[in-house]
Parts: sequence; C-alpha cells; structure tokens
Amino acid sequence: MADEVILLDYWPSMFGMRTKMALAEKGVKYEYKETDPWVKTPLLIEMNPIHKKIPVLIHNGKPICESLIQLEYIDEVWSDAFPILPSDPYQKSQARFWAEFIDKKFYEPSWKVWATMGEELVAAKKELLDHFKTLETELGEKPYYGGEVFGYVDIALMGYYSWFKAMEKFGEFSIETEFPKLTTWTKRCLERESVVMALADSDRIIEYVYVMRKKFGAE
Amino acid sequence: MANEVILLDFWPSMFGMRTRIALREKGVEFEYREEDLRNKSPLLLQMNPIHKKIPVLIHNGKPVNESVIQVQYIDEVWSHKNPILPSDPYQRAQARFWADFIDKKLYEAQRKVWATKGEEQEAGKKDFIEILKTLESELGDKPYFGGDDFGYVDIALIGFYTWFPAYEKFANFSTESEVPKLIAWVRKCLQRESVAKSLPDPEKVTEFVSELRKKFVPE
Repeated sequence: MADEVILLDYWPSMFGMRTKMALAEKGVKYEYKETDPWVKTPLLIEMNPIHKKIPVLIHNGKPICESLIQLEYIDEVWSDAFPILPSDPYQKSQARFWAEFIDKKFYEPSWKVWATMGEELVAAKKELLDHFKTLETELGEKPYYGGEVFGYVDIALMGYYSWFKAMEKFGEFSIETEFPKLTTWTKRCLERESVVMALADSDRIIEYVYVMRKKFGAE
Repeated sequence: MANEVILLDFWPSMFGMRTRIALREKGVEFEYREEDLRNKSPLLLQMNPIHKKIPVLIHNGKPVNESVIQVQYIDEVWSHKNPILPSDPYQRAQARFWADFIDKKLYEAQRKVWATKGEEQEAGKKDFIEILKTLESELGDKPYFGGDDFGYVDIALIGFYTWFPAYEKFANFSTESEVPKLIAWVRKCLQRESVAKSLPDPEKVTEFVSELRKKFVPE
C-alpha cells in the first residue's frame, strides 16, 4: 500500500516547520494543506479534536498531533534514513530534555517579546536572553546539539529561526552579537536543504507579527 | 559495572510517583531520597541545574530529568520485561499524546481546584471534571489506556488519584460520581504491586494539601 502523508499546517508556525524539516530529512513525500488555526475546519476538528491546533500529521488517514511527537513518529516509521534521535538511551533522554526546555521555557518569552508592552515586555526580554544564553551554553563547541550529527534538538530550535529576526527587532538585541556560537550553528543548519525549504521568510514573519500585535493591543 | 540508581523525589509528587512505578515495573533496585523542597540538596541543584525540580533520576552518576522522559529512559534501558510503551510507532504516538495532554491540561486544572477559591475555583473544578471525562472517554471499555496491558498513560495518570480526595474536599464534588469508569480503572491499577508500593496514602496527601492550601488561600 502506498504511503499517504498529509500535513495540516500554517505557514508561520514554528512547530509546523519542525515537522516539515523532519519529513524532508527522511525524503518523505507529503501533501501540504495550508490550515488557518483560527478557522476550525471540519478536517482539523476531526483530526485534532482535543486541541484543534496545527500541525497535524496524517499518515494513511491516522492523525499524529504535537510537533515533537511527530518528530519521534517520523523517526520511528522511516527508520532507514537519517536518524533524528540518537540511539543511546541516555543521549535520547538529553535530546528530549532540551526539546522540552525549548517548548516549556523558551516558547513563552519568544512571543511575549513582540506581543506585550511595559513591565511584561521588560520581563520577557530578560527571560528570552537568559534562555538563549542557556541554549548557547548547552551547544558549546559542538557542531550540533547532539554532537557531530544534525538531529532532534537542532530541528526543535531551528523551527523558531524564522521568528528570530522578529524577536531581535522587538526585543532590541542582536543574536549575532550576544550569541556568536548559536549564530554559527544557525548558519551551519541553513546549509541543509531540509531546513531552508521548511522555513518561512523572516520579513514576512515580521509583517505577520505587526498584524498580531494589533490583535494583542501592543500597537 | 553494577547499576547505581538514585531517585531524588518528594513523597506527594504525582510526577515522582510515575518514575517510582516505572522502576518497580522493571524490577530495578533504587535508592529513594526524600528532598525538602524548601531546602533543596546540593545534589539536586547539581543534577537539575536548569529546573531545580524533582523527580531526578540518577543512573550511574548521570541525571535524567522530567518524569515522562525518565519513564521512557527506564523503558529503553531495562527493556527485558514489562514494556511500558507499545512497540508500534502509531500506538506510541498516541501514548505520548495522552501523557502530554495530562501534563498540559490536567496539572493546571487540578492546581486551581485546591489552590484557589470562589469563582476561580469553580471554573477550575469545571475544567478539571471535563478533562477527567475526556480521559474516561479515551479509556472507553479498555482495561488500560493502551489496551490489555498496563503502560505509559496509566503510569502518567495514576499518581493524580492520590490527590483526588483533596480535590473533592476543597471543591466539593465526587470523582466517583463524575467518572465511575475512571475510578474502576484506578482500582485495577492499585492491584499492581508497582503502583501500590509507589503511591502514598491519599489521606496523608490531603493533610499535606490542606497545609499547602493555607499559603494560597488564607482563611
């Protein structure tokens, strides 16, 4: 039976970008369906009734929700090419820890830095810089988060790359100046076609952020 | 080399309970160390510098943090008996989804039930019951969340049961009336030695929560 793979996604989503990267790394052909998460289409509600969010990966009619869970699924199903997670259980646990850190800690200030004002903005800026520092320290001198090979944590964080310019603009800092190791790492990741093809244009994201700021009342 | 396994934990933690159960399911000998969260040990701070939280699993001197990550690590290292995650990638994705749902939704909602009062508590109670009903619906007529065998989602959820009497006391409702099938599942799980040995007495938890509630809701 031929594999049918559909991805319900929304172009600015940093989470959808991760799944696109993983599918490309594995050479999986899929149908991309642009899905506005604020318009709850019947397909979205059917495939993700609990959260009604994108991205949703649909493999032979069966949905897999949550980007990190999709990465693990993709790695396990298409296991013959380009491993995403390391095989060693301890290394795997570390990879999972850092992806979790990105979503639990980094995510919130990463959007608050463009969506808030006043004291909330000041707090978000500080937190975001702290987390960038932590992530740079964790990378250290390694070419990728997992060591020699591009993998899970690189994908988890590069998903946010399109939003970095917006974070820098509204957070008033420069990643290149503050975090040179991370900058080198982003350039290395951008040499990969899977990454470049998955990312949205940073300027288009900034335009999108301006629209969102009005919605949040930050303009 | 002998396996040295240490668990830094706090007795009422529903997250620590998960790791205790997983270790016991696999028959792993471990040293349990009670942490005083108001006075965290140097070992805890050294082994979990990012979050400074329990539970922390230390295997041959190397730390694994976050309960769901610990459970997966335990399953992968001690893979010879009682598999915790299913082997099929799709079933695994579903198991991960529901554990993630419990962490994202149930934890926040239950917190409102004991740590707030008035309208906020009422809203929290309503959310909490709805989430339990969603879980009950997902369980359906299956003996366990994964089907015939006790596993990942059961382990992720069962610890919350020890807090049920506290929720019922402070928010005035009965879980047995609201989710009878879920309570039947609880009773089935409690028959497993790994669970019975790993869960504290719910009465003691209620006393603990009563004291804790005073900090959040001055009477």
